Amino acid sequence: MSDVKEREPWFSPKNIKLLTGPINSQNPITVLVLGICSALAVTVKLKPAIVMAISVTVVTAFSNLIISLIRKSIPNRIRIIVQLVVIAALVILVDQILKAYVYDVSKQLSVFVGLIITNCIIMGRLEAFALGNKPWPSFLDGIGNGLGYGLILVIVAFFRELLGSGTIYGYRVIPTEWYIGNGGFYENNGMMILPPMALITVGIIIWIQRSRNRKLIEE
Amino acid sequence: MSLIEKIKSMDRNSNAYTIMYSSAMVIIVALLLAVASTALKPAQTKNVETEKKIDILRSIGMAEGVEKATNKHSFVSENFTKYIAEQYVVNSNGDTITGVIAFNVDMKVEMAKPLEQRNLPVYKAKLDDGSVKYIIPLRGRGLWGPIWGYIALNDDLNTIYGATFAHQGETPGLGAEISTPEFQQQFKGKSIFQGDSILTFTSVKVVKGGATANDPHGVDAISGGTITSKGLESMLFDCLSGYQNYFDKVKKQLKS
Repeated sequence: MSDVKEREPWFSPKNIKLLTGPINSQNPITVLVLGICSALAVTVKLKPAIVMAISVTVVTAFSNLIISLIRKSIPNRIRIIVQLVVIAALVILVDQILKAYVYDVSKQLSVFVGLIITNCIIMGRLEAFALGNKPWPSFLDGIGNGLGYGLILVIVAFFRELLGSGTIYGYRVIPTEWYIGNGGFYENNGMMILPPMALITVGIIIWIQRSRNRKLIEE
Repeated sequence: MSLIEKIKSMDRNSNAYTIMYSSAMVIIVALLLAVASTALKPAQTKNVETEKKIDILRSIGMAEGVEKATNKHSFVSENFTKYIAEQYVVNSNGDTITGVIAFNVDMKVEMAKPLEQRNLPVYKAKLDDGSVKYIIPLRGRGLWGPIWGYIALNDDLNTIYGATFAHQGETPGLGAEISTPEFQQQFKGKSIFQGDSILTFTSVKVVKGGATANDPHGVDAISGGTITSKGLESMLFDCLSGYQNYFDKVKKQLKS
């Protein structure tokens, strides 16, 4: 290229905002209300939620990057199909790598890794951001959205595992002697491990977030 | 004008460009995935094989320490050769079938066949104290997909020494609880035959609301995991019932 453009620094305030925005005021789950489906499914225990969060972050970041790199060559009429192919290819790669190197975790996540393909956040970001922006900001936007999604997943999974199973990350937190079955006074809340409570937990998070950040409240 | 320039000058919305673009994309992605799949295949097969060995060892309680082992694969194959003394395949009449390796038998395929044609694998384990356990593979259906496991019987071929279950995609926290030690512990000491002199096959039932403490044929079902629990119950019945003739034969041999 002949014209010398002034390069934007890699971590300019604008780029940093791409990274941090989705974690709070642009959060894909609590503000945009995308990706709710998988947030219900994988948040019963903390460990699958964390691996899911990492997998989704990797897929959003790289699909954003790839789509942004080829955005000028994509024929407009088949752009959704192109996006799907890129996402599907990345998800299959992630699934295969998990199966080869972290077999235990891949077994726990089972179908949910494959279902990343249907995660609305990824296609939403491709359509809304990657198709119109340069690769680096798109990459950051992908990471930001993945982390924003992951954060909510981890918070929800933390409370669901604690109250539903009495453990955190598989470690017992509530002593077994406390349980009614063992002569104590405590009982796990079975409702917490059922999907409706994930929705209610997400609702409570949205409530807390909006009461602290009044800008998010619609007129 | 080079080919690349020619492509670059094409109309992005023309049919020709769209068809070219999608064909090229599909070929590239297919190549990439094929390479990745081939490259990762050996590691994946090894994982599956080790997993199967761990499951078999777990049913006789010999898989402890596998999480801490530095080299999981060698730890497992060492223990497997140490404890699994014999493995062979029998048919529903209880006769040994030669020429089939038990470890390579796919239970998914076998369970789809009629009972008379099934290859039924048996793993005979010899523990440190010299006692002999018979390990029987299990395979059935849960709520979302297949469930499987191994059940180890004492040499009376009636009392359960240990059991282990795994699943593909049961609901975490509900049906998936069948793979926890807490659930599997319950099977220890239960018996699969009923009666004193004339034994009738009863398998082990999964009881909703909790089995009574001294029920020799019942364990507690999982709350919220009814279909998985029921699937596990019928898996136990279907798989073990095929071995009845074999069990009878071994018992006769032991008596004589």
